[in-house]
Amino acid sequence: MDWMAWTWPTAIFFIVIAGLLITFSVLAIKFPETPRRGILRIETTRGDRLFITLVGSAFINLAWLGIVGAQQPYALIVCLAYALAVFRWV
Amino acid sequence: MNKTVNQKAWFLVLPVLLLVAFSAVIPLMTVVNYSVQDTFGQNQFFWAGLAWFEEMLASERMWNALWRQMMFSGIILVIQVPLGIFVALNMPKSGAWSTVCLVLMSLPLLIPWNVVGTIWQIFGRVDIGLLGYTLDALGLEYNYTQDTLDAWVTLIVMDVWHWTSLVALLAFAGLKSIPDAYYQAAKIDQASRWKVFRYIELPKMSGVLTIAILLRFMDSFKIYTEPFVVTGGGPGNATTLLSIDLVKMALGQFDLGPAAAFSIMYFLVILLVSWVFYTVMTNLDKQEG
Repeated sequence: MDWMAWTWPTAIFFIVIAGLLITFSVLAIKFPETPRRGILRIETTRGDRLFITLVGSAFINLAWLGIVGAQQPYALIVCLAYALAVFRWV
Repeated sequence: MNKTVNQKAWFLVLPVLLLVAFSAVIPLMTVVNYSVQDTFGQNQFFWAGLAWFEEMLASERMWNALWRQMMFSGIILVIQVPLGIFVALNMPKSGAWSTVCLVLMSLPLLIPWNVVGTIWQIFGRVDIGLLGYTLDALGLEYNYTQDTLDAWVTLIVMDVWHWTSLVALLAFAGLKSIPDAYYQAAKIDQASRWKVFRYIELPKMSGVLTIAILLRFMDSFKIYTEPFVVTGGGPGNATTLLSIDLVKMALGQFDLGPAAAFSIMYFLVILLVSWVFYTVMTNLDKQEG
């Protein structure tokens, strides 16, 4: 961990993202799906929805930090709701 | 017919994956890592949590730079896209003149950024530059080193000079791909010039134009060298665009943490806009196909 001053929180952050990417890749290979059109009127697959979720969550976290303050666990709850909405309706 | 399933070709992608890992993924991870720490050099790091993000989100300096950047990208897009289409529409479609035009149009694209900056920096000088001297002789007070408006006009004119050809060349390629039959049909229907443009040329160019807008947005949003050489971000902070401010913060002040937090937000904006453009572009293709 000393190499390039890596820290555990950043390591966990990247492990979670890598884990998600691997899981979704495996899912895409094991259970292929046809893209669908949701409320954004664009064709999306599970992977696209994951991307929308991750980028959206980054903005939600930043907005929370800027408007509410550094209480990220609450922001993560909002992100989770957002993720569910994206996977259900987008 | 059954297709043979063979996934071994994926291994051929490995070298690219390795290259991208070292040139993009690992540096990006490093930036994320720096954004939550503080350093005073000598490779000593201290945990700072989300403090830098909070500081950056509350920083007027960053919002001002972002606002200036949006203004810059917006203005150059509003000028370059219509101008590029106008130039492409008026270029000869075939023959020797077409080639001459194409070569002339691509010349500005071949010049390195810092050379473009140097050219305009000298061109605009009141004492020795043709542009500055002429404007001064005409009685116009022009000084891009002291006047905010002059500095902005110089940067925008420079970018228009440098990059309009890209839009024009892409639009020209789009125009060339329209079969003659469309124009003949329009002629039979006695369509006006405007209607030919609105209902034939513009829809057929939409794909390449989206690429042109995307490229111009991305390039202008991360512009560094040209304004750095011409105005250095001045007068004051009037032309300090995002990347100039970022470099000042990261290398000038050696504030690695805040600069890393700043970079991540900068990256997220570019990522979002690129994704929107890409999605619009691919969905347009699907609708056409």
